[in-house]
Amino acid sequence: MDGLADEDLALLLLIRCFERKLLALFEQGELNGTTHTCLGQEYVPVSLRPLLRDSDWIFSNHRGHGHYLARFDDPEGLLAEIMGREGAVCDGVGGSQHLRRERYLSTGVQGQSLPVAAGVALHLSRHEPGALACAYIGDGTWGEGAVYEALNMAALWRLPLLVVVEHNGIAQSTPTPAQMAGTVAGRAAAFGVRHHALDTLDVTAVRREVAPLIEEARGEPAPLVLEFATHRLGPHSKGDDVRPPGVPLIDWYAAYQAAHPAQSARIEAAARDRVERVAAEVAARPPASWSAA
Amino acid sequence: MRVAENLNRALHGLLRDDPSVYVLGEDILDPYGGAFKITKGLSERFPDRVLATPLSEGAIAGAAAGLALAGDKAVVEIMFGDFAALAFDQIVNFAAKSVTMYGRRVPMPLIVRCPSGGHRGYGPTHSQTLQKHFLGVPGLSLFEVTPFHDNRAVLDRMLALGEPCLLFEDKVLYTRPMYGEGDVDELFAWRLVDDVAVVELAGGGDPDYTLIVPGGLVHRAVPAMRALLLEHDLAGALLVPSRLHPFDPAGTPGLVPLLARTGLVCVAEDGTAGGTWGEHVAAGLHARLWGTLRRPVALVSSAASVIPTAVHLEREVLVQDTTIRSAVLEGLHG
Repeated sequence: MDGLADEDLALLLLIRCFERKLLALFEQGELNGTTHTCLGQEYVPVSLRPLLRDSDWIFSNHRGHGHYLARFDDPEGLLAEIMGREGAVCDGVGGSQHLRRERYLSTGVQGQSLPVAAGVALHLSRHEPGALACAYIGDGTWGEGAVYEALNMAALWRLPLLVVVEHNGIAQSTPTPAQMAGTVAGRAAAFGVRHHALDTLDVTAVRREVAPLIEEARGEPAPLVLEFATHRLGPHSKGDDVRPPGVPLIDWYAAYQAAHPAQSARIEAAARDRVERVAAEVAARPPASWSAA
Repeated sequence: MRVAENLNRALHGLLRDDPSVYVLGEDILDPYGGAFKITKGLSERFPDRVLATPLSEGAIAGAAAGLALAGDKAVVEIMFGDFAALAFDQIVNFAAKSVTMYGRRVPMPLIVRCPSGGHRGYGPTHSQTLQKHFLGVPGLSLFEVTPFHDNRAVLDRMLALGEPCLLFEDKVLYTRPMYGEGDVDELFAWRLVDDVAVVELAGGGDPDYTLIVPGGLVHRAVPAMRALLLEHDLAGALLVPSRLHPFDPAGTPGLVPLLARTGLVCVAEDGTAGGTWGEHVAAGLHARLWGTLRRPVALVSSAASVIPTAVHLEREVLVQDTTIRSAVLEGLHG
C-alpha cells in the first residue's frame, strides 16, 4: 500500500475515530435514535475528495458520516446534529441520516436520492457545465426501482450523474447474493451507462484510476457508475451484526498500519484526541433549538 | 374560455415569464401535447424547458424536486392522477419533508398536476381522486382547479409558497367554460372571499344550506342548487376554495357570517369516505362553530367501491348532482 499524505490519512482516521466514538457513545446511552457507521469504507469518500469540486452536488445516504466529513471536515457540526446540540448542521431535525449543507444533502430512504440527483444534474448541465451530481448508494439500494428510473433518465438526457456504489456485500443483514440477481455492472450496461469496478483499498490507486473517468463524465456529460468493492467492518446500525464472529473482515487500515506503522500511530493519536475533544465540547453544549420551527 | 384552455394559457404564460420554470411529464410534447392536451404548444415554444419523460412517475417527481433544489421551478404532469401513487415517496418523503427536515427552510417550488376524477368511463385505475392520501402532510399543499380561479394566478401562488403543491384537475371540468365576472347563470352570482369562490342566489337573503366543494364538483353542485331552489324553494350558497389544504373556512373572517346564518353545511367531494378532505373540513367546522351551526355538517362522498367502467355502473358509484340534492334534503329534513 502506497504511503499517504498526512492530510489524507488524518481525514481517514478522523472518520474512523468519529465512528468508533459514536458507537461508544451509544453504548454509554449518550445518543438518541440510531446511526449507521461507515467503518471500513472511509477510503471511498476520501479518495474522491480531490476529484470532486465545490460546484458539484453530493447526495449521501444513511451511512453518510464519512461522506460529510470528507466534504466539510466538520466533526463538531455533525456530532452536534447527531447529539441534538447547539451548532447542529440541521438544528438537530435531520439527525444522522438527513443532512443538508450547501450542495451536500442526504436522505434516509434507499434510492430516493438518485432521481433528485438526476434533476440537479439536469440543472447543472444547463447552467454550470462541468459540474456534476454525485450520489452515494450501496449494493442494497439496487433493489429500488427509483435507481433504474433515474439511470434511464440520466442516460437518455446525458446527465452528469456520478453514481458511487459502496458495494460492501451486505444489505443490513442480507448478503448480496441473497438480494441481488446479476451484477451492478450488468444493470448499468443495460442502460448503456459506463461502469467501472474498483477492488483496491489504496487511495492513491483509486484516484489514479477514476480521475480520468470522472473528467470524461463531466465533459461529455454522461452518467458514470463507480462500483467500489468495499467492506463494512461494523454493524449495520448498532449492535445488530449477525455475521458469524471470527470471519476475517478486510480493513484498509489494518493493511496501511502494517505498512506504515509510525505515521499511522502518530496520526491516529492526533485524530483520536481531536474526536475526544470535540465529543466533550459538543456534549457540554445546550440542546439545539429548531430556528425555523 | 374552457378550463383546459385557461390552464394551457397559464402554463404558456408561466414559461414565458419565468425562465427558471420547467415542465416535465409523459407524452407532453407536440404534436400530441399531453393526454388531455393541457401542454399543447408548450414544447414547440419552449423546447429546452418542456421535457418528455419515460414512464417513471417517481423519477419525474424526484427530478422535478432536484430542479427545485438547484434553484429552478418545476411543473410535473402526472398523466392520470391515479399514478401519483407511483410518486408518493418522492412527493411525501422527499419534496415535502425537505422543506423543513434540514432545520432551515429549503424552498421547493414544485407543482404536481394530477388530472383526476371519473365520469369518463376510464375505470378503476384511471378515475380516482386521491386527495385524501396526501392530506395533512407537513410541507405539502393541495389545490384544485375550479371554473372560477384563473389558473395563472393559482400557478403563481403555488410556486410562491416554496413548497410542493399538488394541483388536482377534474377531467370533466377541462371541457367546461370558466365563469366570467359575476354571473354563474341567471339565478346565481359569484364573488371571491379570500381565495374562496362564493356562489349565491343573486339578490338572495340567508341561505337555507351551504355547500362546500372542490372545483371538480361545481358542475354537479350548481344543478343541485337549481333543483333545490326551483323544486323545493331552498336557497343555497356554494363555497369553492382554490387551496384545499390547508383550508380553514371557520378561520376565514369573510366566510364565518355566511356559515353562521346557514341552516345546513354540506361538504361534497369525489373519492370514497374515510379520512377525507370533507371529513377534515367538517371536523374543523364542528370544533370552531359548534355554537352557531344549526345541524351537524353533512358529508357526501362516492360509494365505498372501486370506480367501475361501464357507464351505468360508474354513475351509481360517483357523486352526481342528485346525490348532493338528496344529501341536502336529508340534512335539512331527514
